[in-house]
Order: sequence, then C-alpha cells, then structure tokens
Amino acid sequence: MTSTPGAEPASGSSLLRFATIGSVDDGKSTLIGRLLHDTKQLFDDQLEAVASASRRHGVEGVDLAFVTDGLRAEREQGITIDVAYRYASTPRRKFVIADCPGHVQYTRNMATGASTADLAVVVVDATTGLREQTRRHTCIAALLGVRHLLVAANKMDLAGWDEATYRSVGDEVDALARRLGMATVTVVPVSALLGDNVAVASTRMPWYRGPTLLHALEEAPAGAWAHEGDGGARLPVQWVVRHPGGGRSYAGMVSGGTFRPGDDVVVLPGGQRSRLTSVETFDGPLDEAPASLSVTVRLDDELDVSRGDLIAPAGSSAEVVREFDATLCWFADPPVEAGRRFRIKHTTRLTPAQTVSVLSRLDVGSLELESTSALGPNEIGVVRLAVGTPLAVDPYRANRVTGSFVMIDEQTNATVAAGMVGVPEFAAVPQR
Amino acid sequence: MTNQIGFYPFPDRFDRFQMAKISGATRNDIGAAHMTTTIDAQAGGTGRPNAPPSPDHLDLLEAHAVFVMREVAAECERPVLLFSGGKDSAVLLRLAEKAFRPGRFPFPVMHVDTGHNFDEVLEFRDKAMAGLGEELLVASVQDSIDRGRVPDPGPGGSRNRLQSVTLLDAIAAHGFDACIGGARRDEDKARAKERVLSFRDVFGQWDPRHQRPELWHLYHGRVRTGEHLRAFPLSDWTELDVWQYIGREHIALPSIYFAHQRPVVERDDMLLAVSEWVVPNPDEVVEDLTVRFRTVGDATGTGAVRSHAHTVDDVIAEIASSRVSERGATRADDRFSETSMEDRKREGYF
Ligand SMILES: Nc1nc2c(ncn2[C@@H]2O[C@H](COP(=O)(O)OP(=O)(O)O)[C@@H](O)[C@H]2O)c(=O)[nH]1
Repeated sequence: MTSTPGAEPASGSSLLRFATIGSVDDGKSTLIGRLLHDTKQLFDDQLEAVASASRRHGVEGVDLAFVTDGLRAEREQGITIDVAYRYASTPRRKFVIADCPGHVQYTRNMATGASTADLAVVVVDATTGLREQTRRHTCIAALLGVRHLLVAANKMDLAGWDEATYRSVGDEVDALARRLGMATVTVVPVSALLGDNVAVASTRMPWYRGPTLLHALEEAPAGAWAHEGDGGARLPVQWVVRHPGGGRSYAGMVSGGTFRPGDDVVVLPGGQRSRLTSVETFDGPLDEAPASLSVTVRLDDELDVSRGDLIAPAGSSAEVVREFDATLCWFADPPVEAGRRFRIKHTTRLTPAQTVSVLSRLDVGSLELESTSALGPNEIGVVRLAVGTPLAVDPYRANRVTGSFVMIDEQTNATVAAGMVGVPEFAAVPQR
Repeated sequence: MTNQIGFYPFPDRFDRFQMAKISGATRNDIGAAHMTTTIDAQAGGTGRPNAPPSPDHLDLLEAHAVFVMREVAAECERPVLLFSGGKDSAVLLRLAEKAFRPGRFPFPVMHVDTGHNFDEVLEFRDKAMAGLGEELLVASVQDSIDRGRVPDPGPGGSRNRLQSVTLLDAIAAHGFDACIGGARRDEDKARAKERVLSFRDVFGQWDPRHQRPELWHLYHGRVRTGEHLRAFPLSDWTELDVWQYIGREHIALPSIYFAHQRPVVERDDMLLAVSEWVVPNPDEVVEDLTVRFRTVGDATGTGAVRSHAHTVDDVIAEIASSRVSERGATRADDRFSETSMEDRKREGYF
C-alpha cells in the first residue's frame, strides 16, 4: 500500500474498532476518559471543558467521566442514549471506539455500535461482579459476531488491589465467554479513577503480570469483522460503471476473502459463470483485492449484472434462498408476528419480505430458546422469512456482510430490526 | 469454523496457563499470571500464511468512504455533495472521483456561500471545479438576506447560523433527498453521536434521541417526500487522518491552510484576519503575523493559528503536537455554549 507521511508502520491491521459495554456506574465513562487522557488524545480546550463541567457538578478536581459527555438530554437525565464514537491512536494503531449505551430501551443503539466491532471492552465493577445488564449486552455483542472480549475488572482501588477479587471476576467472565463462544478473553485489573493498568502499568498489583488495557488493545486481532469466517470472498455489486469506450465494470466492497484477476466466479442469484479479467481501483489495477477494499471488477463475458447481485468464487459460493431462518434483534414498539410485511436491505439489495412465522425467543439470561409467536421491543428471537427476490446469503457466522440484513418499515422507513442469517450457536433449545 | 469451546485444554488455574498462539501469528507471551484465554485456535483475522499486505488505516477509511458515496448515489433519488472550499470537502471531491470515475459524478456539487469568503477559497473552488468538469451550484446567504428569509446580522456579524436556512431552502428548491457532507465525528460531541446516514425530517431537523439504528454497513436511504438525509463519508476520519490523506493523495488546498503572513486582530481569544468584514476597533491592535487556518468557514468567525507549517508534512507534525482541538482553536460558533453544535444541527446545520 502507499506509504503515508506521519503514519507509523503497523503490524497486522492498523485499525481496531471496539465497542465498550458496561452497566451504569461500573465506571465505563471514567475508563474511556482515562484511556483518552493517558494516550494524550485530549486537547487543552477539551480538558478545560471537562474541568468546568466537573466544577459545575460540584466534583473536586477533574472527573474524567465528563469527557464522554454527549447530548443535552443525556446530560439532563444523566444517562447515555446513543452510541458515541471516539478516536484514539498510538504509534501502533488507530482505534475507533463505539461507546455504547447500557439501558435496555436503547438496545438498538448498542447494537449499532457493536455491529462493526472487532472486539468488546467490558467494564465490570470488580467489587460487585458481573451485572445482569452487562451479561445481556455481552450476549448481544456475541450475537452480532464479536468474538474477542477484553474485560476491565475496574475499581481495584476499592477492592484493596486484591488478587482474589480479580480472580473471581475472571472466573465469572470466563464462564460467560465460553458459553457465548468467544474466541479470546483477556481480563485486566484496573482502576479507571487512578489510571492503574489502563495505559500505564500499575505498581500496586505485583501479582498481575499481564498487559495493560491499552497494550491488550494494541495486540488484539483486528479487522475480524470483514475477514473472519469461512465462506470465501464476496463482492456485492454496488454500482455499475459504464466505460466511455464501451464495456462495464462492477463496483463494490470485498468481504470474506480475496479476489484476484483470473478467478472463476459465479454471479448470484442468477448463477451465471464468468471469470474476473481485472480487479482495479481509481489508482489502477490490483494483483489482489483483500477484504474491506472498495474495488471495481470486470468480467470475461457480457452478462446482465446489476446492483444487488453478488459475485462469489465459483468454488465457494453463497446459498440462494427465497425462505430462510434468521435471528432478529427486534427494535420497534409493535411486536413482530407471522404474516407481517417489510422491506429488507441485504447487502446492496432491497426486497420485500414477509414473516412466515416467529419461531422462538432467546432468553439472554439462560441463553435458551423458548417458543413464542411474537417478539416485542428489544427482544431477540428466531423467525422464518420469505423474500420477494431470491437472496444470496451466507450464515452470519461465515460472513458478517452476506449474513446480515436490516428490516425496514414500509410506511415509516424506520429500521425495525437487525437480522442475522441462521441461529446463534450458543443458543440452547431447552430439554423438555 | 466450528466453535469448539475448550478447544485448548482449559487451565484450572490461570497462572499456569500459557497464552496460546492465535491462528499462526506468534504473540509475545506477556506474562503468566494473567487471564488471557484463547478458546478457539482458529480465531483472529490476521496472520494467515501468504496473507496479502494488510491495507493501512487510510486505505480502510478511503474504502469505507467510497462505499458510502456509492450507496447514497444508488439509493437516493437526488443527492448533492456539499462543498465548502475547505480541506474536508476537498477530500470528498477526491473520494467522489475514486467512487465514480471514469463516469461523471452522479450528483451536483453545491457551495453554500456566506458571502464572507476568503478570496483564496473562492479561487480554489473555481479551479477545483473547472479541473473536475462537474456541475457547481451556489446557494447564497446574501440571497436569503435579500429575500427576507433571514435577518441581516450587519456587516461584521456572523453568517454561520444563517447558512442553515439557505441550505434548507436550496434542498427544498432542488428537491434534494441526500446531502453528502464532510463533517467528522471527532469535531464535536454532538457530531460524535451522529450516524453516517443521518435522517432529517420535513423541517430539516435532526432528532438525536431517535436516530435510526445503523447496523453493519447497511445504510438505508429511504425517505418520504420532503424528508432528507445527510451522509457523512468522513465520519470516522480524524483531523490527522484527513491531513495524512491529503499528503498521500497530493490533494490541492486553498493556500490559507499553510503558513503565510497577514494582518490579524485578536478578538475573543481568536486571531481574526482583517478584511472588509473584520474591521479593527479603535482599541484593537493590528498585527502582521505568520499564521495559517485550521478550518475554513465564514471569515468573521474563523480564527487563524500562529504557525510556520509550510507543507503538508509540517502541518501533520503541528497537529500531532497541538494542544488545542480544531474547532476550539478556530471557530467562534462553537463557543456559545456547551451544546451549540447540537442546537445548530437540530435546526438543519451541516
Ligand atoms: N474508586 C473508584 N471509583 C471509580 C472508578 N471508576 C469509576 N469510579 C466511580 O464510579 C462512579 C461511576 O463511574 P462512571 O464512569 O460515571 O460510570 P458509568 O456509568 O459506567 O459511565 C463515579 O463516581 C466514578 O468516579 C475506579 O476505578 N475506582
């Protein structure tokens, strides 16, 4: 790739997107403030604003929790309504932080933040342990495909820097992570208030020899969201480019694997076979197009390819379906039942859809599926859907792009659900 | 990939557990007595044998921005790209080329002109547009004043806030259903909350309490007549990213982004360029300083910063060591109150 002035060469992916999760008062705001402060991301005028907010609220000194202060309504009610995005960078990496709200009624916003995350940072008050709310959100993160957990066992100062307290948080977290099918979990004992083990290693917990939170973030696998999975490369056609001298090329973003000129491909849902004659960008031809790049490709044959079609390797293509089971996070107030009509946006295609039946609801506490005929607001469950145009899909766990969709209300255009093709692996059907 | 829980023998005590390899990538064993558990050996996206060189962060930001532009162009009936003459909109133009060449832009470019412009910016605008061969529309705040749509704030008064009315009138007149803008989430705490595709009702209002959920990269552009969207392809870019990209792509900018000498007065803690709209009061001292602009807006409300940054690399070095945020340094409009950006955005501001 082109070299960049001012950018340090980074190993692995140079961009990590993570979501922060935590129950109210466990110290999430303080932790993010601390992380931004100690990595020198805060400017003097921002620090001054934090100091003056602290004074106004009668806090002695500077309360770093005010760094993440957002909207007026949030300040008035003292809650977080919507996800806020923050940015930090170290010589190793750039971080995009999706700071997620905790309340159940804002699950839609939490899901928004977690849907593109490579990793979740879970803040737990070590003196109280995992709360219901934190379990719930960790479950939603897992459902959305987050497979790496970084847990901040916070308020270690209040716990007397006690190793046993840390271990008990670790055991709880570990059990949950295993249950949810996480790939890695790292637990770091921190004090967000005092800064121990956030960006700077603590000297007060000699029994801990692991990484600081920041170091763990620098080391974590990145880019998972576009790379992980075993479904092969995918290119949903976004835009057809007509070339002045004749001929067409197809623009889109690659996911799940790499395309190369000469690859045998199939165009779905039609099933026409062809070969890639070139893979290029505005800057010229590429030898290969890895996941996450926006490219244009040309095909060997004059096929009728349009927006919404999917280009996939001939050897590992997606499944074309008219009816399929999917897991929904339902966001709207009126419950979803069988026989309701929507629009679905799947990759770059918009199609009418109908719920054939509502099959089950996920109990996020027990992680069991129980049968039901409707899903209410902020509930998660499995439904069977029929679509007006055949869709080329992968199971969500194989590809987060071709395995995901949103449901749109036909009247209001509101996004009423996030959908994932298939059933979560961790969900258990209760034994009766 | 099968999710085999306990793929590795699970340690009964963490302090005996050695960190496992993640998918072939060797990671340093940072220490024994901590809880890092690798549950699934096949986890981790990086480190495959013969893996292609990973795209760097600018490649990823560019790819996403291009994706957003193409989605907006494909999903919306009548989009427009808002161009201010500043660095962020210069980057937008390059990204539009990347998204749509060799074709033409599938939308016009529109400048909301406050009438309080730096000459260098207008010059740059016309040159950039001539080079692209794309259509430029100008929506003029002066027109809005002349037609009585907004009160005249007087010769030295800021026209920043008035732009919202001019913009919304232009949106209605042209029937635009999507405006692509260069705002970034790192600029302000209200912006930090905004979606990439952000919904506006028939009054042009943003309702931050009821934003559409926006999952994955599924940007849905459906609106009813009279409603519209704002699209922000640079949402996840920081000021530093923008400058690194400008350097990498050799994007031309108005000269006022680089150090130059000009007469300025200090007013409300800001260095304002002396011009026909910024006339020094008798008690103000005019100084000839070496400055540059970090943002470009209405000349009455955009402050200069002392700087000797003559090249893009100089600017990058300067920003990397700066102690003041972009807007804090240079925008009078953001200093009214803690929520001034939120309030203006609710009214339809960019
Ligand atoms: N003693 C101690 N208090 C903390 C720590 N982290 C946060 N707090 C306090 O816990 C309370 C809740 O913190 P806040 O960051 O607002 O929690 P949030 O609701 O999760 O964002 C505040 O009074 C913080 O000062 C910590 O590490 N140690």
